[in-house]
Parts: sequence; structure tokens; C-alpha cells
Amino acid sequence: MSGASSDASSLANPRELDLGLPVSYLGEGHSVASWLFTTDHKRIAILYALSITFFFFIGGAAATLVRLELFTPQGDVVGADHYNKLFSLHGIVMVWFFLIPSIPTTMGNFLLPLMIGARDLAFPKLNLISWYLNIAGGLLTLAAVLAGGIDTGWTFYVPYSTVFSNTFVTLAVLGVFVSGFSTIATGVNFIATVHYLRAPGMTWFRLPLFVWSMYTTSLIFVLATPVLALTLILVIAERTFGLPIFDPARGGDPILFQHLFWFYSHPAVYIMILPAMGVISEVITCYARRRIFGYSFMVYALVAIAVIGFFTWGHHMFTSGMSPFAALVFSFLSFIVAVPSAIKVFNWTATLYRGQIGFESPMLYGLGFLGLFTMGGLTGLFLASVPIDVHVQDTYFVVAHFHYIMVGASVSAYFAGLHFWWPKVTGRMYPESWARFAALLMFFGFNLTFFPQFIAGYLGMPRRYYAYPPEFQVWNVLSSSGAAVLAVAYLMPLGYLTWSLFFGARALNDPWNASGLEWRTTSPPPRQNFFGNPQVLAPPYDYHPEATPPGDEPRIAEEGALT
Amino acid sequence: MSARGDLAERTAERHLREPWDELRLPATRAFRSQRAGATFGMWIFLASEVLFFGALFLLYTALRLEHSADFAVAARETNIVYGTLNTALLLTSGMTAAVAVQASEREDLRRLTLLCLAATVALGLAFMVVKGLEYREDIEKHLVPGAHFALKERATQLFFGFYWLSTSIHAIHLAIGIGLLTRLIWREWRSPGLLFKSPQLEVATLYWGFVDLVWIVLYPMLYLDGRSA
Repeated sequence: MSGASSDASSLANPRELDLGLPVSYLGEGHSVASWLFTTDHKRIAILYALSITFFFFIGGAAATLVRLELFTPQGDVVGADHYNKLFSLHGIVMVWFFLIPSIPTTMGNFLLPLMIGARDLAFPKLNLISWYLNIAGGLLTLAAVLAGGIDTGWTFYVPYSTVFSNTFVTLAVLGVFVSGFSTIATGVNFIATVHYLRAPGMTWFRLPLFVWSMYTTSLIFVLATPVLALTLILVIAERTFGLPIFDPARGGDPILFQHLFWFYSHPAVYIMILPAMGVISEVITCYARRRIFGYSFMVYALVAIAVIGFFTWGHHMFTSGMSPFAALVFSFLSFIVAVPSAIKVFNWTATLYRGQIGFESPMLYGLGFLGLFTMGGLTGLFLASVPIDVHVQDTYFVVAHFHYIMVGASVSAYFAGLHFWWPKVTGRMYPESWARFAALLMFFGFNLTFFPQFIAGYLGMPRRYYAYPPEFQVWNVLSSSGAAVLAVAYLMPLGYLTWSLFFGARALNDPWNASGLEWRTTSPPPRQNFFGNPQVLAPPYDYHPEATPPGDEPRIAEEGALT
Repeated sequence: MSARGDLAERTAERHLREPWDELRLPATRAFRSQRAGATFGMWIFLASEVLFFGALFLLYTALRLEHSADFAVAARETNIVYGTLNTALLLTSGMTAAVAVQASEREDLRRLTLLCLAATVALGLAFMVVKGLEYREDIEKHLVPGAHFALKERATQLFFGFYWLSTSIHAIHLAIGIGLLTRLIWREWRSPGLLFKSPQLEVATLYWGFVDLVWIVLYPMLYLDGRSA
């Protein structure tokens, strides 16, 4: 080794001893081909991070225009047609090309093998293929947008999407269909990896909760996505070949579409939230210096949410024409799925109890998650009750509810994880005070954007309209101002994280003094992930072992350690 | 012992792929793990496929419950001779595929493995040919949903919508299976001994078996409904 140079391939931190270690994964080849044809799970994670960041800002731009239009009651920025295309673009891109792949394909890809002590995922080539499928799907959908847009909303409800819409539905649907195979491939890969590539001593009940969350998410990927795939094929077949399937005029059944669609799309909500829960479990334990409270119940809760989540889809259809008994059952099951979610919230809170809580930026995002997820979850109970749901169906109350879960909770957790593992991924530290400011701004901006929507929705403002009665303007002005704040809060990390890549301080191997296996290697890790053969001797979250007095464990390690 | 041990080691080293080659286990044990992992991964994928076709069968169930009389009328229009012949072809191909994968476990049965794989591909292709003949007949009889549809009952179009959709999705799956097996035959031809204990063969034939199974469910749905009386 030529000693510590400024090259990312050399030792992560010059203060650490040069032990003649192999180059990091970032240093193994600098050509474009070495990235585009890589089978390294860490590099594929970076590829995914780039693509979902791209899609996040496309979806965000559409949302900005939507909020701009809603600033005044009249349609002055865009007309009805354009407005429909904007919110459809926002929904489709954000759901399928940002939220669903977000945490699993970036942090999951990067961390799952590291956390279980594996060298790579079980099927590295399949992993690369899944990224290409994701990109292909995204480009098809963007092609639909460039060709003139799509106006069905992200739900593609029939018969509008099959018979009436004159926009580029087929192309967009095809894009979502292709990207579905990408998530199925990721799911198969993760499940096989967790089953077959755990390091010696890494038993099932020693898995970090993030790994459990990836495992349960993968189950949903594998078992729910194919139903969406088939449903989208049906839409394409009806639009392209004129096959009568959902068209009521020819004996078809449009409600069947809704059943099939929500059979996927409700579990898809858990695809978005389970990984977030996994991230939060890692972050909260680290910054509270506490073992997770009730580890086994946290695992059971993840599994229970994944399983029960398959049986609640009907609560999206209370007003679509459903027998009152079916509605009762779906309502009951929707209440039941709140129980494991509540267990998780209580256990995170109990983990904080008597912890040495630090307010570093990942923890700020994590605490933000706790509050926003609780708000979103509780309003979900309102919507699971049939009478209230009928009252607020298709209003901004629903919009606010699912944004609290999908944006408030999931995206907060995404940023928590991004900051928490940034030193491990890049080998660089980001500017902490900027990060804290962005975290607070995001929490504030988010609430300012979406809390007024609860009120507007409860008062009766319907979703998906470009114009509205003037009495709702005050809530919309509040919401649009919040969106401006939120946009700044989302742009800030893009700025300072990019800055840190070039000018940030070198990261230690374990800058947070965290307990997971992923910190027991260099930052950034070498291609083979570990230097020796990792062996696991203790349960996860080994913070603050029993019988040691509080206060004697440093939160921030002075030096990294190679173990 | 040592001769067999050597063979096992050479086979393992031949098939080991990343990341299984880096487990720091003896090659034979790592290979066993890789093979089990690959098979397991295929089973997980097949679970996904079950849900995919499950949704298709749910569609059929829901539509048939609503229009059972029309469905019986429509199903009598399908060609049961072609359908039954195709069922026989596919079931036989399932047998040859199973023999192929068993034969690949032994080095001295290379010829049998290749022969059975070729038979499987040939039977799959024969299925496609029969299906093509059947499609031609269906088109001549105006059984394609649309303005010139032959039957008067309203929901018969729904049945044939399902017929075209489900058979073409099945045919796409079968074509993928034929492609997988052809690739394996070609590779064995190029480098003899490759199929010996190959995880790829196991995985490909598992998939083949699943595509067979789907047809066994489709056959009564498309050909037997309405013919019992």
C-alpha cells in the first residue's frame, strides 16, 4: 500500500493505522463500466440511490406545481387536464419509483449482507438485473410523461383507465409492470440471502431488526407484487387488444379491478413502512445507548404487520359497493393491524426510557418519524371505521393521512438511515449542524404542509380537483407554504451530502460507537465486506450491558476499531 | 474414496459462483449450500408465480360465478381435441424433465440427461405448434372478442377474453422454459459435463414443472366447462 492518500480507495481515516488493508469497494475500478456491470451489492445500492434520487426530485417537482396551483381557489397555474396529469405523475413516480424501492434497494442492498456477515447477496447477477428492470420501468413511465402524460391517478382505476382516458396509460402501466419484476427479484434475493448466508452465530433471533424488516418486506414483494403485475396486464390487454375484462358495458366487473389492485397496493403501504421501522430500530437504540425494548415482540410485530397487511385491502373500498358484513370484517382487520404497529411505537418509546439520548441528526429524523408515524397511524384508525371513512372518503383527510405515513414516516426514516449510514457508505462525515437544521426544518415543513389538509378534508375538500371553493383557501395557503419549506428541507441534504463527498472529514470505522456488524469493518467496506470471517457471539443492540452504571459509555467513539 | 472425493470437489469448483465461493468452506460444502440456495430461490419465485396465476384464476372464478350459463356455452366452442392433446404433451414433457434432472446426478448418464432434455424441449415446441393450430381455428371461427364475435351471449366474450389472455400468458411462460432448457443443452454440448449435478438444471426443471401445473389448472377451466352434461 502506498500509505494514506486522498484517494477514496485508500484507508478511510488517516488517524487509523495503515494495516495494508485491501482497497474499499469504491476503489475497485473507476470506469463507468465497472459501475454499470458490477455485481457488488454495495455498488448496486449506489446505482439505486442515484436513480431513486432522480425520481424523487421528478415526483417532487410535480408536487410543487400541484401545491402552486392550489394556492388560490381558481385554476390559474394549470388547467384541469394538466392538473390531472401532474398529480398522476407525482403519485406514480413517488409510489413506484421512489417509495417502494427507496429503503430496501439502497440501504437494504448495502446493509443486508453486511449486517448478517455475508460477502454479497445470494444472487449478485439477479441483483444487477433488478436495477436495470427498475430503470427500464422508470424510463417507460417517463416516456409516457414526455409523450403527453397520463391522467388516471396512480391507482389506474377502470373503466376510466381502460375505456375513457385518451392519455398514455399503456406506456405508464407497462413501466410500472416492468419495475414490479425488479422488486420481485430483490425480494427473492433478500429472502434467500437471509436464509443461506448468515455468518456463523447469527441466529434468527440475533438478526438486527433492520434485517427482519427487509425479510418481511421481501415477503410482501414476492407475494403481493405478482398480483399487481397481473392486474396491470389486464388493463393493458383491455386497452390494447380490446379484450372485455373490466368493462361493465360488456359484462366485465370494474370492482374486481379495485379488489386486485388493493390486494397489492395495501400491502405496498407496508412495503414502504416496514423498512422504515427497521431503520428506526437501529437509530433509536444507537442514540439512546439502549438495547431495544422487547426484541422478540418487535420481530413478531413485523411479521404480524406483514401477514395481517394482506387482509385489510377492503378498507379502500368501503364506498365502492361492498356488503356491510365484508366492510365490518375489513374494518375489524384494519383495527387489528394497528396493534402490532402500536407495539412497535411503545417499544421504541420504552427503549428511550433511561437512555443516554443524544440529538444527533439521525436521531432527530428518527424522533420525527415516531411522532409522524403515530399521527398517521391514529388517523388511519379513523379511516378504518366505516362511518368516518364514508364521511371523509376521497377528501384531503385521506391525502393527509397517507402522506403522514408514506412521506412523514417513511421519508423521515429514509433520511435517518441515510445520515446514520452515510459515513459507512461513503467514508465521509457530513456537516452535523446543517443536518440537524435540515431535520428540524423537514419536521416543521412537513407538518405545516399536511396538518392543514386534515382540517380541509374534514371540512369536505375533495382530493384531485384543481379548483376549490374559496372557504378552503386558508388551509391550502398554509399547506402550500409548508410545501415550500419542505422543498428547501429536501434540497438541503442534496447540497451538504454532495459537499461532504468531496470535502467532508474522513469517517471512522464506527463513528457512532454503534453495535451492528456493519460497523465492524472499514468505512467504506472492501469488496469482500469483511477482512476475517465474522462470527457473532452476542444478541444485537449490545449497548450499555447490564450491571454497568449509566453514564460511562461514550456515545461517540474516539477512535475507530477493527475487530 | 479419494477418486470420488476428487470428482465431487471438481464438480463443486466447476459450479461455484460468487458469493458462495467466498464462504471459506470446503468447496463441496459451499457447493451444497449454493445448490440449496438456488433451489430455494426458485421456490420463492414460484410462490410469487402462484400469486400471479392465482389472481388470473380469481378473475375466472369471479366472472364465471356471475355468468355461469354463458361461460358453459363459450367453453363448448373450444377445441377439446387440441386441448387434450396438449395436456398429454405437457404431462409427458414433465416426465422427461424429471428424468433429466435425476439422470444429471450421475456422471455416466450424460447421454440420457441430454436425450431427456431434448425430448422436453421437443414436446414443449409440439405444444406450441398445436396451440398455434388451435389459435388459427379460433380466429377462423371468429372467437376473438370484438365486433365480429361469433357467439350471441354477452359474457361469452368475457370467456374468450380470458381464454386468449390466459393461454398467451401460459405460452410466454412455456417459451421462457424452452429457452432455459435449450440454453442448457447448448452449453452442455459446448463443454461436456456441465450439467452433471448442475443447480441450473434443477432450477430450470422446477420452473418447467410449474408451467406444467398451470396448464393442468387451465385445461378444465377452458375445455371441460359446459361439456359434462
